[in-house]
Amino acid sequence: MTRSTYLFSLVCLIIAAVLFGRVIPAWTLSLATVAASNALIALGIVVLSRTGNVSFGQGLFFAAGGYGVALLAHSWGITDAVLQVVIGAVCGGVLGLIIGPLIARYTGIFFGMLTLALSMVLYGALVKTTVLGGSDGFNVGRPTLFGTAFTDPRDADFMLYAVSVVATGLAGIAATVFFRSQLGLMSLAVRENNLRVEYLGTSANRIVTINFVIAAIFAGASGALSLMAQRHIDPQFAYWTTSGEFVFIAILAGSQSVAAVFVASLALELVRSFSNLYLPNTWQLVLGLFLLAVILFLPRGIGSLWTSAKRKPNEPPPSPVIVEKGSAT
Amino acid sequence: MNFFLTIILDGLIEASWLFIVALGLTLVFGVLKILNIAHGSFYALGAYLAATAVTFVAARGLPPALGFVVMLVSVAIIAALIGLVLERGLLKMFYGRDEVVLLLVTYAVFLMLEDITKLIWGVNPIYANQPYELFGNVEFAGLFYVGYDLALIPMSIAIGLAVWFGLNRTVTGKIVSAVIHNAEMSASMGVRINRVYAIAFAVGVLLAALAGALTAPKISVQPGLSSEVIILSFAIVVIGGLGSVEGAAVGAILVGMARAASVHLLPQAELFMIYLIMAAVLMFKPEGLFRRETARRI
Repeated sequence: MTRSTYLFSLVCLIIAAVLFGRVIPAWTLSLATVAASNALIALGIVVLSRTGNVSFGQGLFFAAGGYGVALLAHSWGITDAVLQVVIGAVCGGVLGLIIGPLIARYTGIFFGMLTLALSMVLYGALVKTTVLGGSDGFNVGRPTLFGTAFTDPRDADFMLYAVSVVATGLAGIAATVFFRSQLGLMSLAVRENNLRVEYLGTSANRIVTINFVIAAIFAGASGALSLMAQRHIDPQFAYWTTSGEFVFIAILAGSQSVAAVFVASLALELVRSFSNLYLPNTWQLVLGLFLLAVILFLPRGIGSLWTSAKRKPNEPPPSPVIVEKGSAT
Repeated sequence: MNFFLTIILDGLIEASWLFIVALGLTLVFGVLKILNIAHGSFYALGAYLAATAVTFVAARGLPPALGFVVMLVSVAIIAALIGLVLERGLLKMFYGRDEVVLLLVTYAVFLMLEDITKLIWGVNPIYANQPYELFGNVEFAGLFYVGYDLALIPMSIAIGLAVWFGLNRTVTGKIVSAVIHNAEMSASMGVRINRVYAIAFAVGVLLAALAGALTAPKISVQPGLSSEVIILSFAIVVIGGLGSVEGAAVGAILVGMARAASVHLLPQAELFMIYLIMAAVLMFKPEGLFRRETARRI
């Protein structure tokens, strides 16, 4: 399959997914909307994890996107759904551009901790900002699309679903293209050994920064989508447990395939709604067991269910054990 | 003058229980190289167990001093057992995997414990304040303090000294230090590192639960404690340097003071301040204040 036919088939898949939203029942529609929006931010984490870094603070950009959109909706009356997604992405991306170069020097646990700390700085600031509603947050009106206001809730839900699926789908295609590009392949090299990448003459920090900014853009757009779905925003967007859930989806998916992110996100939403229905108040228990089972039995994510067969010969060797010297008591 | 004294004393009281939690976290990281997200849940578990023990004793009309002792002993025993079971039964399966994977395993444990505590103790706040009056009120330089709060400071110093002594002045402690330094080498020298791992994790859980038990009389025990405490103790160990006992002490004092100062001077900035300090430390000294630079094999 040539590249253009491959991309064309992916676009067809998105259109099919949007049309599919017309036939499925109403409750699955909102579930799928949330799943698509979560998949977008988790996709960012997967992009970043290809450089070997996991961000535990994507809530920072998620909240930045959400609050940016909400504030502009209030002050300038920007209610167009597509425009809101773009605004969210820009908010996340700009913040990512500021933070990315600073954070790219860190690896492993320190990277995760620093991202978590930064998102908690924002959370702490938002909770105490009374102008933005403090810990209660504030409400935002229903979005419009290309000047059309949707009064029928069913139509509005479908519009949201369509926007979410298209935004996430386009991001997925972009990620697929990116993964195969020179930069995307170099990201994998950074994961294997960032110092060797430096010796070979390119900047590992720059590669991490670019991946970080992409993740931030996706997170910001996802924040905008979440805001539209909930029509309410509060500091919980930036709390560390929110970010943890997105990391959960990314781990569930594994970094093998983009499609796995969507499947993982949908699976998580299904587990959530079913455990809400049948096992109320124990949904985190179910989630924890689910996570343990995935880490134990599918260490490379659910994506490995359908990609492992053909990719195994090229599998990178396990990275050598890094012995830390002189870690103090 | 009095104003600053208030901040310093309040800060030390905060620092004392935060230090005990952070000590457990840093010990577990030092030995097992696991950043334990579930650590805050063990704190909450300790607080809940303490509340149960205290109400149990109080309901039988026994003196609160006995309640205090029963609370500490029962929490210590149960927590150490839970630690052993979790390490042997669960964490063991994931050794050798990436450190981020182990982080996620503890995240899963955090999620599960969150619901398990809700299932056992419900979602309403529980109070266990009988021991709070145990030490009376103390006047100190014109300020009135609850004796229990002030008593926390020597208690945490005693616990810190005990851990320091255990690590640096006993044979077992030397073995643990060896494992912290290089687990593979220790194993080849005949150290049973599995046993060291299990004990270190159990002690870590015990310390978290003990801190929870000690603070239970001061607070209302309710859901959400764990995610709050873990975030504070993360900040402390990152400021002090992961795996460092001295670092945990300094980090706890810094965070305690920052909390007390912002409560008195700028209540809007409480959480914000702590994370700003943590981010600043990470920016300029990513290894933390008390961790030596590590060499890395390429």
